[in-house]
Amino acid sequence: MATITLENVRHTYAPRPRGPQDWALKGIDLVWSDGGAYALLGPSGCGKTTLLNIISGLVRPTKGRVLFDDADLTDVPTDQRHIAQVFQFPVIYDTMTVYANLAFPLRNRRVPPAEIERTVRDIAHMLDLETELERRASRLTADAKQKISLGRGLVRSDVNVIMFDEPLTVIDPHVKWQLRSKLKELHRRTRRTMIYVTHDQTEALTFADKVVVMHDGMVVQTGSPVELFERPRHTFVGHFIGSPGMNVLPCRLENGAAYIGETRVAIENPPVRALDSQRLAIGVRPEFVTLAEAGLPVSIVRVSDAGRCRIVEARLGDSRIRLLAEDSVSIPDGSAFVRFDPARTRLYADDCLVE
Amino acid sequence: MDTKIQNQKGWLFVLPALALVALNAVIPLMAVVNYSVQETFSSNIFFFEGVKWFEQVLHSERFHAALARQLTFCAIILAIEVPLGVAIALAMPRRGPWVSVCLVLMALPLLIPWNVVGAMWNIFALPDVGMLGRTLKNLGVDYNYTQQPLAAWATMIAMDVWHWTSLVVLLAYAGLSAIPDAYYQAARIDGASSWAIFRYVQLPKMRRVLTIAILLRFMDSFNIYTEVLALTGGGPGNATTLLSIDLVKIALGQFDLGPAAAMSLIYFLIILLFSWVFYTVITRGEEAR
Repeated sequence: MATITLENVRHTYAPRPRGPQDWALKGIDLVWSDGGAYALLGPSGCGKTTLLNIISGLVRPTKGRVLFDDADLTDVPTDQRHIAQVFQFPVIYDTMTVYANLAFPLRNRRVPPAEIERTVRDIAHMLDLETELERRASRLTADAKQKISLGRGLVRSDVNVIMFDEPLTVIDPHVKWQLRSKLKELHRRTRRTMIYVTHDQTEALTFADKVVVMHDGMVVQTGSPVELFERPRHTFVGHFIGSPGMNVLPCRLENGAAYIGETRVAIENPPVRALDSQRLAIGVRPEFVTLAEAGLPVSIVRVSDAGRCRIVEARLGDSRIRLLAEDSVSIPDGSAFVRFDPARTRLYADDCLVE
Repeated sequence: MDTKIQNQKGWLFVLPALALVALNAVIPLMAVVNYSVQETFSSNIFFFEGVKWFEQVLHSERFHAALARQLTFCAIILAIEVPLGVAIALAMPRRGPWVSVCLVLMALPLLIPWNVVGAMWNIFALPDVGMLGRTLKNLGVDYNYTQQPLAAWATMIAMDVWHWTSLVVLLAYAGLSAIPDAYYQAARIDGASSWAIFRYVQLPKMRRVLTIAILLRFMDSFNIYTEVLALTGGGPGNATTLLSIDLVKIALGQFDLGPAAAMSLIYFLIILLFSWVFYTVITRGEEAR
């Protein structure tokens, strides 16, 4: 059990990196506290797996350090780091039984047989694999195989962190939910640090206490699911989390007040000092935009039904804006006015929240 | 009513292949069957003899000896080439510029015509002239494959290993390259030793390709003719007279067409039987998992 610290970790796969585009990770500072349930969220190719492999030691970072508590483990090989990892596709040892699969990490570490027996039965019980113990692992379904991969991490008592690299990709949708709640339950029972990599916001938000959002080799925000939703610190987080994502509307500042077109918009974070940034924008989630008698003039383009509510798509000048409307609200044809909730409307300079 | 459209024209597409198979396999085989049950003296006069030639072949000491030599040869080369091939495949680089260099080097022996392989080794191993023979003599080894049966066998096996291990290497290498990285990563995380990785990850994943490699090597080595003929001609004495060499001696040397035909059929059935048994055993094993 340990706190894991990444210190200015940078990584490139190019032998001679030229520009920032060659870096898969562009300077990451993160602390994973012991016992936390983390999600690492980001689109494909943003460096999530690289970051995971750096923690597990499968990849050595080009620059920076990896610390477990106070020990520098940057150059320590994988098998001495006391970590476990579950991969995207279930990795099992085909020729072994389920029992032998679960016992494998312990046998390799020369744990006494009696203890192996006890631990394996215990973990099999937790994972509902007790009845399958004597079966060939290769004959099980994909989700049972994925449970075995997870079990191989859980049997070891010395594991600092269990990492999941998009582990539910190959699992049927109706079993996904079960496995996810199983993971959550296991986390509560074992109190092991877990890091869950995914590009699926639902998975990340339901599993984790803390979500780390990555974009283009950088961490753009770390926070609880609520914080990410309520107060995105980067327009990317606004886009990526929430469905539909946050509206980002170009604006300008005049005497400290924000204007879209000719209309003044009240914002939660008026800048306290002069901004020297080129691109200013207002970010507001569709949940906090309402149709009103007066306000910003828009023309409604499309209304689509999303079950409990409707998504209204409208044009505002040159940009597009979306809002959610309850079923009871009548939606006018053509032109209308919208209002933003001032407490949830924020100014972004060069994609970053103005603070 | 059957609403399926009956279109028999599809058979036309199969016809060329069928004709080819008929011409180069079925008709010759039937001709052999025909010879195997008849006696002929001259001028194309045939007498029906039933299973006489089969009985004669199956009871002949000479056939037994050739068969024993053949099986010994197959067993030895399989026992050497399969482990050696796997070992070489494991040692080959998995990525980088050396991969193609290694693959080309490995493929070279497979590209050389079989009789050239035999001729090469014949000269290479000649006691006084050949590089191998000369070197061994200078080292004080009493080696003369044209006179000593043991030396002849050693040379024959060395030749086959040189010629065919590459096939096992290439197949095993293909099997190894198909293993996703995650398996190695998981094994490292599980603290597996390199032996455990080989035993529980690489070997099980190579199972299919190794089955094919063993089948191919068995069938080919059971049929071997050209290389051995060019190397030793079956000698010294009959020491390296394998089944195929003996068969040709009977058929063309002595012109005993009936016994030769019976022998080729038995020969064919043995290969078929072994391959079938081997294939079923391996695939059964697979299904049971």
